[in-house]
Amino acid sequence: MSEMNNEALLVADKITRRFGGLVANQDVCVNLYRGKVHVLLGPNGAGKSTCINMLSGDLPPSDGKILLLGKDITGLTAAQRSQVGIGRSYQRTNIFPKFSVLENVRLAAQSRRQQPWRIFSKAMEQQWALEKARACIEEAGLGKKVDWVSGVLSHGEQRQLEIAMVLATDAQVMLLDEPLAGMGSDESAKMVEVLKRLKPTRAILLVEHDMDAVFAVADTITVMVNGQVLESGPPAQIKASVAVQQAYLGSEDSFHV
Amino acid sequence: MDFASFLIQTLNSLQYGLLLFLVASGLTLVFGIMGIINLAHGSFYMIGAYLAFVLASATGSLFMAILLGIPLALIFGALLEWALFSHLYKRDHLEQVLLTYGLILVFEELRSLLVGDEVHGVDIPAMFSGSIALTEVLNYPVYRLVISAVCIVLAVALYFVIQRTRLGMMIRAGNHDRTMVEALGININMIYRVVFALGVALAALAGMLASPISSVFPNMGSHVLIISFVIVVIGGIGSVWGALAAALIVGFADTFGKVLLPELSGMVVYLVMAGVLLWRPEGIFKKG
Amino acid sequence: MNAQLFLKLAAVAILACVPLTGESFYTELLAKTLVLAIFAMSLDLLVGFTGLVSFGHAAYFGVAAYAVAQLSPKYEAASLWVVLPASVGLSALVALVVGLFVLRTKGIYFIMVTLAFAQLAFFVFHDTPLGGGSDGIYLNVKPSAEIAGWVPFDLDNQTHLYYFILAMLIAVYAFLGRILQSPFGRVLVGIKSNEHRMQSMGYPTFWYKLAAFGLAGGLAGVAGFLYAVVFGFVTPELLSWHQSGNVLLMVILGGMGNLVGAIAGAFVFTGMQEVFATWSKHWQLIMGGVIVAAVLFLPGGLAAIPGRIKRSLQGGGSNE
Repeated sequence: MSEMNNEALLVADKITRRFGGLVANQDVCVNLYRGKVHVLLGPNGAGKSTCINMLSGDLPPSDGKILLLGKDITGLTAAQRSQVGIGRSYQRTNIFPKFSVLENVRLAAQSRRQQPWRIFSKAMEQQWALEKARACIEEAGLGKKVDWVSGVLSHGEQRQLEIAMVLATDAQVMLLDEPLAGMGSDESAKMVEVLKRLKPTRAILLVEHDMDAVFAVADTITVMVNGQVLESGPPAQIKASVAVQQAYLGSEDSFHV
Repeated sequence: MDFASFLIQTLNSLQYGLLLFLVASGLTLVFGIMGIINLAHGSFYMIGAYLAFVLASATGSLFMAILLGIPLALIFGALLEWALFSHLYKRDHLEQVLLTYGLILVFEELRSLLVGDEVHGVDIPAMFSGSIALTEVLNYPVYRLVISAVCIVLAVALYFVIQRTRLGMMIRAGNHDRTMVEALGININMIYRVVFALGVALAALAGMLASPISSVFPNMGSHVLIISFVIVVIGGIGSVWGALAAALIVGFADTFGKVLLPELSGMVVYLVMAGVLLWRPEGIFKKG
Repeated sequence: MNAQLFLKLAAVAILACVPLTGESFYTELLAKTLVLAIFAMSLDLLVGFTGLVSFGHAAYFGVAAYAVAQLSPKYEAASLWVVLPASVGLSALVALVVGLFVLRTKGIYFIMVTLAFAQLAFFVFHDTPLGGGSDGIYLNVKPSAEIAGWVPFDLDNQTHLYYFILAMLIAVYAFLGRILQSPFGRVLVGIKSNEHRMQSMGYPTFWYKLAAFGLAGGLAGVAGFLYAVVFGFVTPELLSWHQSGNVLLMVILGGMGNLVGAIAGAFVFTGMQEVFATWSKHWQLIMGGVIVAAVLFLPGGLAAIPGRIKRSLQGGGSNE
């Protein structure tokens, strides 16, 4: 197993994104390994979401390459990246608010075996998708709300739902954009537990501001400032880094420690 | 095609394209700035043409008709914005489509009630009724050149309004960031009203100018509306200069299409649009 | 048996009784309404279930209608079992080709571009030999349902034709209802709710939308086919943007995303048309006024009225 861990699952090789004259990401390199949580840190506007959007296929990079197990996937669309095992959650909750929790996750599960030509079979009779959806909802800690309309869930529960949806797509690489944003401390603690449970079998990229959570789960931290990587390394190294202290930890915009 | 007829077709293309620009520019501004799809925009063209017919019959001069018609169109536009369109800004596109579709029915029927369903002609003002000799046998009517000239003057004026005035600055800002304009304490409702009234007046003016050439007839607005949609699609929503270029493209495609491919005459413009959709679905001039 | 099913069966029973009255005017009017109901349901698949506001749906209606007229020999009957699938297939095919273009756009663009393509189709039939000009073409002999010498029903007979249309309505309704429950249908509804999220979950939404567009075009073709058979002639007006606007109106009247609603919308629309037309030759003025007033004063459309009444009866307590 340790050998597997040495090969990066997802590699961002010097990805750059320009919007007109503005460089939102410049030569960003990130390696994600199975069983590891990689945290992206940085002040607002540092380019973390742009980076995630490039990895998930929502935004094409202007330059650079993205590799999955050594294969170049830079040209794949968001839908295709999902199919090769990259799943993401969004900074702003992005669900189907009128659907039940089960239907949200069932749709995610169905995406793995689409069979669109079977127009006379009933979606609600596809047991495999329903079972998978239920299991993922359970794993994300939302088991008691299976039949609720997702739009009325609490903010924290909707974030959990997002995780369940990513899980249902069998994502090997999970890109999670601020899954704890706006959560109370109870909900945060629950979510951290969920993340710890998921970690051994997947590669996780986490954008997060909650420092307690970050240091509780991170194996590697990359600090971004102004669209560039300032420093990348194990948590202890980042904590000790003078550059990070100066650029970030000491400033007004610091983490909520 | 010999050179003289080529020249004539080129002049016709320019004139038709520029006239369409007057209609499409208002449409694209209303789309871009207010986010409203207005199916009734073609009706303003129709209303303009009928205004020209009615006022020219009453005053005996197309000049007078246009002089009276423009302020009437402006007032009409402002009233319409106040009474109806100002309620549509926060609605979805479907409701905008619905309301403006209902408006077309209302305008057409009112037209039928007030003026009737006959086709009418409007006289070209006497001083422009002559023609210029291009060759020994071919002449070109002065009035069409006048139309082109008026449109060019208006396009230049529009350029100055948008690029150089405070109103234009607001229009440009509103085009890009609505909340910013509001944050600056600018009365966005006033801008909307002015822009909408301007759009109505431009479309109506186009109808007035065109009335002697095309004559005045029921449903004349709907063809112009759909062609204006094509122009907005080709030029990119909200881009006035895109609309100008696209209107000229459409003017040339339509005019030369009728000469070179008479059996496809009505379709050439749409085929051009289809090509643009394949190439750049956001319009040729949409900024990235 | 639940109440809903009972109501539906009752409605079918009532519709089935109409020809028995012998009122040929009303039978024809109702036949026309049923055809429009099929047309409205086909558009509802796009507007109400997939979230694609097409303003050019009349094109596919008209293509099938013209196909019947063109495929039928001048003085003898074509076989129903050939012309029906052929005209429906042609409509679906045209919709698929147009879909490749229009589905590259979204929102306001989509509305304008579907309208423009319908206008292109209008000119194809208006200007080229395909369409016989602005006067249109007559369908002299209605298609024959003969199968190897056996004639199960006769479309020349008004009553037979009426029942055939009613049967097609039920078939289209059942077909769409079934599709919407399928995994494919769930994806369409998901696209309407949140297309971006569907993509990030691995659905190539373009192809799903294209399939829906083609399917809706084909079903509009069913309606167009029936329309041509009922009226016996076709004109470019069938593809006009007023036709597209009217069918969109029916869908909206009925409350989008509701097949029974689409059928009801067709009935309300035809009813309004008939009633206003008896009042005045300028009935479109009243129709237009009603539409404008409805948008201004009834956000959410007619379909929202029952919900409003319910809420006000409940004392406005719920804030859903």
